[in-house]
Amino acid sequence: MLRYTLKRLGSTLPTLIAVLTVIFVIIRIAPGDPAIAILGDNASQQAIDALRERLGLNEPLLEQYWYFLSDALTGNLGNSLVSGRSVLHEVLEVLPHTLDLTVAAIVIGVILGIPVGILAAVYRNGPVDYVARIGSLLGLSFPSFYTAILLILAFAIHFPWFPVISNANLSDPGDRLYNLVLPALSLGLIMVAYVARTTRASMIEALGADYIRTARAKGAPAFVIVARHGFRNAIIPIITIIGLYLGLLIGNSVIIEIVFNRPGLGKLIVGALEQRDYTMLQGLMVIYAFFIVLTNLVTDLAYGMSDPRVKYQ
Amino acid sequence: MSVASQTPQERSGLWHALTELYHVFNTNKTSWVGLIIFLIIAVLALLAPWIAPHDPLEQNIVDALQPPSDTYWLGTDSFGRDVWSRILWGGRISLFVSVMSIGIAMVVGGALGIVAGYKGGRIDQVIMRCMDVLLSFPTLVMGLLVVAVLGANLTNLIIAIALTVIPKFARIARAPTVAVKEQDYIEACRALGYSDARIMFVHILPNVVGEVLVLASLWTATAVRIEAYLSFIGLGVKPPTPTWGGMIRQGFEYILDAPWMCIYTGLAVLILVFSLNLLGDGLRDAIDPKLRNE
Repeated sequence: MLRYTLKRLGSTLPTLIAVLTVIFVIIRIAPGDPAIAILGDNASQQAIDALRERLGLNEPLLEQYWYFLSDALTGNLGNSLVSGRSVLHEVLEVLPHTLDLTVAAIVIGVILGIPVGILAAVYRNGPVDYVARIGSLLGLSFPSFYTAILLILAFAIHFPWFPVISNANLSDPGDRLYNLVLPALSLGLIMVAYVARTTRASMIEALGADYIRTARAKGAPAFVIVARHGFRNAIIPIITIIGLYLGLLIGNSVIIEIVFNRPGLGKLIVGALEQRDYTMLQGLMVIYAFFIVLTNLVTDLAYGMSDPRVKYQ
Repeated sequence: MSVASQTPQERSGLWHALTELYHVFNTNKTSWVGLIIFLIIAVLALLAPWIAPHDPLEQNIVDALQPPSDTYWLGTDSFGRDVWSRILWGGRISLFVSVMSIGIAMVVGGALGIVAGYKGGRIDQVIMRCMDVLLSFPTLVMGLLVVAVLGANLTNLIIAIALTVIPKFARIARAPTVAVKEQDYIEACRALGYSDARIMFVHILPNVVGEVLVLASLWTATAVRIEAYLSFIGLGVKPPTPTWGGMIRQGFEYILDAPWMCIYTGLAVLILVFSLNLLGDGLRDAIDPKLRNE
C-alpha cells in the first residue's frame, strides 16, 4: 500500500504541470491583447502599457510560462484586478460554501443512490428495477438549474420553508445547514442518479460471479450475500464514479450558486468573467486544476484501500 | 476513392456496420423511444419558421407576462414575446450547437483515437497523455474558460464544447482499434500494400463506429445542457436571439410573477436531454456483451 501511495504521489506533479500548461496555453491563445480586453477599446496607450507591464505580458513567452508555473505551484496567484485583494484570499473566503455544497451533494448521492442501485440489481428486471432505471435516467437528464428552479418554486415560494437566496452565516452551523438544503438537493439529486446507475451495473456483475453461487450453495443468508460478498466487490466502480463525477459536481455547482445567489467559486468565476478580472480568472483555473488533480489522487488511493488487488498492479 | 476501386470487403464492412446498428436498435426498444422523441423535437425546431404562431422577436409590451392562454399557448415573457415560439426557435440553436460540436468532436476525437491505437508507441503516448490532461477538466469549467477567452458567439460555443469532448471520443475509439489491429485481415491489408490511412479509415473504422455513435448520442445530451448553462450564465449566443438557457435566465428574474417562462423552457431542455439519454443508453445496453442477454 505504501509503495502504491508513493508511486501515485510521484505521478501527481507531472499531471499538475500538464494541467497548468493547458490553462496557460488557453489563456494566452486569446486573440487580441489581454490588456485591451481588460481596459476596453477606448483605453489610452499609456494605461495599456502600464497594465501590460504589471501583468508581465512584455516578457518573452517562455519566461511568462516559467513565472506562471512557479507562482502557481507556490500558491502565489496574484491580486484581483478589480478588488486589489489577493486571489487566494478571496478564494479561501468563499471556498467553504462550495465545499459544503459539493460534499453535501455527494453525501445525498451516496445515501440515496447506493440503496436504490442495490435494490434494482437484486430485483433485476422487476418493477423496482424498471422504476429505478427510468427514474435515474430521468434524474441525470435534469439540467441542474431546472432542478434548482423547481425546488425553489416548490419549497421556497409555494411552501416558504427555505430561503430563495442562500447566503449562510458560516459561523452558525444551524443557519449553514438550513441554507444548504435546497442547493444541496439540486446538486445531490443528479448525483443520486449517477450513483444508483453505477451501483446497479456493478452489483449485477458482482452478483453474477461464481463466488456468489458458492455463497448461496453453502446457505449464506441473502443479506450477507448481497452486503458482504456482492457489495464489497462492487464498490470500486462506485468510488470511481464518485471521483469522476466530482468534476461534474464542481461544474454544476457554478450553476447552482448562480441560481441560489450563493457565494462560492462559481459566483467568483462568473463575476471575474463579467468584470474581465484576468488574474482572478487565471487564479481560479489554477485552483480548479489543483482540485481536479487532488480528486484523482484521492480516488486512486481510495481504490487501494478498498481493494487489496490494486496495489499489485 | 471511387466506388470502382473499392474491394468487396470494404463495401460490406460499412454495410455490416449499418445492419448491425439496425439490429442493435431492435434489441433495445428504449432506444427507439429516444430516437422518436428526438426526431419529433428536431422536426419541430427545424419547422420553427413555419409553425411558430408568433414572431419570436416581436415585442408586445401590452401582453407582457401573460399566463398561458389560447393566443399564447405557453404564456409570454417580460417583453410580451410568445414563449412557445421562442422555445421552438431556441431549439434550433440548441440542436445546431450540440450536433455540430459533437459532430466535430466525433470526427477529430475518433480520428485521434484510431491513429493513436493503430500507430502505437510514442505517437500513442503523446496523443493519449494530451487527452488525459484535457479530460481532467470539468466540461462546464473548460467550456466557460474557452468561451470567456475566445469571446461568446455561436462558433466559439461550438469550439468550446467540441474541445471538451474530443478526449472522450479519442479514448473510446482507441480501445477497439488496439484490439482489431492485430487481426489477420489487417495483416492481410498490410501485405497487400494498403496505405495506413486506408487501413485505418476503411478497415478499422467500422469496428469503432458502434461505440462512437453511442457516445455521440450521450454526449449530444451533455452538449445540449452545456449550451444551456453557458447561455444561462450569459456566455452563449447574445440576446435577443432566443436560446433556452437565456430564456430560463430571463424567466428566473420573474419567477414569482411568471413561473411559466422557466418551467416550460426548462421542460424543453429536459425532454431533449432525456430523449438523447434514452437513445444512447438503449444503444449502449444493446452493444454491451455483458448486458446483451438481459
